[in-house]
Amino acid sequence: MPGAGAEFVSNPSVSGQHSLRLEPTQAVAIAKFLRDEMQFDFLSNVTGVDWADKTVPEKVKVTRTVAKTVDGVEQPVEETVEETRTRVTPGYLEVVYHLYSVALKQGPLTIRMRTINRVDQVALPSLTPIWRSAEFQEREIFDLYGVVFTGHPDLRRLLMWDAFKDHPMRRDYVEPDDFEYEPTAHDDVLKRAQAQRSRDQGSATPATEDLSLGARAGNRDQLAKAGQ
Amino acid sequence: MVEEGLKIELGKQGVFVTTIQELYNWGRRSSIWPMQFGLACCAIEMIATTMARYDLARFGAEVFRPSPRQADLMIVSGTVTKKMAPQVVRLYNQMAEPKYVIAMGACAISGGPFKQGYNVLKGIDRYIPVDVHIPGCPPRPEALLHAFMTLQKKIDGQSLTGADRPRHLDAAAQGEFPVPVQGDHDLEPASNPGVWTVPVVLK
Repeated sequence: MPGAGAEFVSNPSVSGQHSLRLEPTQAVAIAKFLRDEMQFDFLSNVTGVDWADKTVPEKVKVTRTVAKTVDGVEQPVEETVEETRTRVTPGYLEVVYHLYSVALKQGPLTIRMRTINRVDQVALPSLTPIWRSAEFQEREIFDLYGVVFTGHPDLRRLLMWDAFKDHPMRRDYVEPDDFEYEPTAHDDVLKRAQAQRSRDQGSATPATEDLSLGARAGNRDQLAKAGQ
Repeated sequence: MVEEGLKIELGKQGVFVTTIQELYNWGRRSSIWPMQFGLACCAIEMIATTMARYDLARFGAEVFRPSPRQADLMIVSGTVTKKMAPQVVRLYNQMAEPKYVIAMGACAISGGPFKQGYNVLKGIDRYIPVDVHIPGCPPRPEALLHAFMTLQKKIDGQSLTGADRPRHLDAAAQGEFPVPVQGDHDLEPASNPGVWTVPVVLK
């Protein structure tokens, strides 16, 4: 749809949940059109997606000049070499709205909007003036993903407290390490548990991990001593 | 102290012998008024416990007070989120001594199924002293009744004097517990070291 500010995004999977990607600058006008002309009178769900920065390795053919000995004489020769380069696709935040038409018994219509990046240009137009039911869900997305909805009547954090600085649903969120791990921790969790234990005990070296029973008992004694 | 046998013998003759301590503890354990507040689904079981079928009134605890000033017992019934934790601690501080706490359910004692989440407190015993912990998700009313009886037993065993006397009879004891502040990333401090220390996890 050229000029309309909307792009059709097809979903090749079995579910075939195609969607409409709106240009943020024209989203409010399109939403108004969908509600008034297309009778999409019910907004059932608003959710967010965090698309992190993607690093894609690429093979590129590069021509360069290499000094080589040809027929006993050293001379520059052009050579084509394959090189692996990494290309970084910048991430963005996406907001997804699911619309239904109760009047026409149609739906869902999925519309999406994307921010420019996920750091500082994270503003999107609020659709709360069009569908009132978006109010709390947009507040939740503001809270958990950090999307700033311009035009929202009451944009405050919904679930976390006001002084909270992070956005917990983002992929790079670091959660507080404030619980004791289960005694049967393994793999990555075991490493985290060891790091936490060495930090809590104030020692710089994490306990060496050996799963044999003898080592376990030894470690237990050590812990008991540390406890005293 | 009067011997138990002699007491019974005197009782048969119509003479009632007791001590101030027994009378005092009997009075306190027979009228534990809980505070009227619930945090999550455990509160539903707590409400069921007060209704006719389980009848908490049999234990002298039928009056749920809507004010912390009139309550003796705080039943922490449900998930304590980090957003709610300062208010729970503040309510506990506002209760008059002697006061007791029952941590009801997996969430209140440890964080339960939300233990590894960023938003749930890993047990209310990190900030306030808990007298009885009940596991369960949620615990049945029988479990809450059992917690009540355990608490009554505990009150019965308290002596009015001596080093192990309860907090409200100890002038030097700490009566107010610091309310955590909601910080940039987490509650600050993450626990009250006076009531809770990091448990030693084996292995």
